[in-house]
Amino acid sequence: MATETVLGVFAHVDTTVRALEALRARGYHDLTVYTPLPVHEIEEVLDRDRPVSRVRLFTLIGGLTGIASAFLLTIWSSMVWGLVTGGKYMQPAGSRISGSSLPPFFIIAFELMVLFAGFATVIGMVVLGRLPRLRPSASYDARFTNDRFGVAVHCAPERAASVHELLRTSGAEEVKSR
Amino acid sequence: MSDGRTTTSPTFADVNRDVLRTLDPPGNLYFAWMCFVALLLAGFFAAWTGQVWWGMGMAGKRVPQMWAMYITTFVFWIGIGHAGTLISAILYLFRARWRTSIYRGAEAMTIFAVMTAGLFPLIHAGRMWFAYFLLPYPNQRFLWPNFRSPLVWDVFAISTYLSISTVFFIVGLVPDIAALRDASTGWRRRIFAMLSLGWEGSDTQWRHYRRAYGLLAALATPLVLSVHSVVSWDFAMALVPGWHSTLFAPFFVDGAIFSGFAMVLILILPMRHFFHLHAYIQEKHLDAMGKLILVTGLVLTYFYICEIFTSLYSGEHIEKASLFWKVTATYAWALWTMYFCNCIAPLVLFWKRARTSPVVLYVVSILVLIGMWFERFNIIVPSLGHDFYPYTWGIYYPSPTDTMIVIGSFSFFFLLFLGFIKLMPSLSIVEVKETIPPPVRDRAHGH
Repeated sequence: MATETVLGVFAHVDTTVRALEALRARGYHDLTVYTPLPVHEIEEVLDRDRPVSRVRLFTLIGGLTGIASAFLLTIWSSMVWGLVTGGKYMQPAGSRISGSSLPPFFIIAFELMVLFAGFATVIGMVVLGRLPRLRPSASYDARFTNDRFGVAVHCAPERAASVHELLRTSGAEEVKSR
Repeated sequence: MSDGRTTTSPTFADVNRDVLRTLDPPGNLYFAWMCFVALLLAGFFAAWTGQVWWGMGMAGKRVPQMWAMYITTFVFWIGIGHAGTLISAILYLFRARWRTSIYRGAEAMTIFAVMTAGLFPLIHAGRMWFAYFLLPYPNQRFLWPNFRSPLVWDVFAISTYLSISTVFFIVGLVPDIAALRDASTGWRRRIFAMLSLGWEGSDTQWRHYRRAYGLLAALATPLVLSVHSVVSWDFAMALVPGWHSTLFAPFFVDGAIFSGFAMVLILILPMRHFFHLHAYIQEKHLDAMGKLILVTGLVLTYFYICEIFTSLYSGEHIEKASLFWKVTATYAWALWTMYFCNCIAPLVLFWKRARTSPVVLYVVSILVLIGMWFERFNIIVPSLGHDFYPYTWGIYYPSPTDTMIVIGSFSFFFLLFLGFIKLMPSLSIVEVKETIPPPVRDRAHGH
């Protein structure tokens, strides 16, 4: 199905919010909103029908991987190489975990947890935010990193005219089809 | 033209213009500074080359003073690196809004300070081409990692800290580089387009970005506290009198934040002056920084008193002898310099006029940095010079080589920072906009 994108450029937060409310009321949910900074009022409208970001899942998995790999590294290497310091083995050969120098390994586990979770969070942000983008999307405008807000409505071509009208009455400075 | 001293709040477009203006081609003063710093850096590399060529004897280290100035300066730079992530993570979680205009500079400072610190284990260990021996993994060289050693924890803590601080810094830069991309043309635009990952500021991107930023801040917060605690355990886990104390972790963390804020001021105040950023770095920001220096300074004074009290109350005569020697003998001048710079000098910040005066803040910050360098010196050198047995006592004399390397490390740091302020926005465009009331057409509609 062919869709058309109508872009409205706004100079103010309140007019942008008004346009979003009007679009929602008319049943347009396929929107992209461009803002130079995260705006609470706009997020409030959009988040009503969107789930919480899944970045936190990446963080959790990264953190658990970090903890697991730290204990693997420390316990395994002290079991295989029986280093004696202070008259004690790090890990008595053949014994259970309870005999090992476990407490200091928690420090390594903490550091690797933060390291892996941090990297996983950034990977999550990049993957979920559909970055990196090689070309700007069709409705993007350079003013959106400066002081303008953009509302791009993806709709069927026959409804484009009414979207134009709606964006303009909400207070858009400029409305164009892309 | 906003000269920065007006009271009206800047608009979003003003923020873009004023921040991008800091990236204009620099003037002669900037190049003069660059040349001076580069000259010092050449001295640093010459001294280091000499040490590699003729051997470790070129540095003033002699038994028992094997840690001497290199580890002093290492701990000093790691400490400097604490303010940046404190500002960007802990103050972010506390929603302290005054952080927004200084945090980018502070984060850059953190990364460069930790990088500078990272040079010192290499310089100190001598043959830096074997630096990979430090990496704790089992190997065929009979170098088996001892995970019970605080020095191994240190490797993990500092490399994690450097990685996470860098990641945090880069994530914060992405939307700003996008603004830079949209304001530039030609080859610059192409480079910025790549660096910004094609950021567009769409609602989906912001949603994940905000969540990721919050999570990174939550991860970095305990990390900041852990790093200097681990560094302090390099000392506290040893039996040397003056080191073996449970006080060390909070003592080091507090000192790190104290010196870090002083360094932030040393970098931010000239930036504010030369880039005319008075509209963004206002007196209330300086006031808040001054208060933080004052508070951490008072806490540090409390720790000094605790340290002396514990030593006197311990009934340990070696511990008491060590303290007595520190206060009265060869290195007494260093100890009293430290007490003056860290305990007395910051007290001037009790006056609001001092907290808002750039000159006073600058002088206090320099004194604080001197005091905090001497704090590490006083922990390392006199403690090692006067421990359990008289036959292990010894005085440390600096040599031209290690003095040059310590001075040169400042030039390494400043060269990186001077380069940064002309390549990347040193104020966060996005976060400064967040502190400005957003543009609203109908006042009645807003709230």
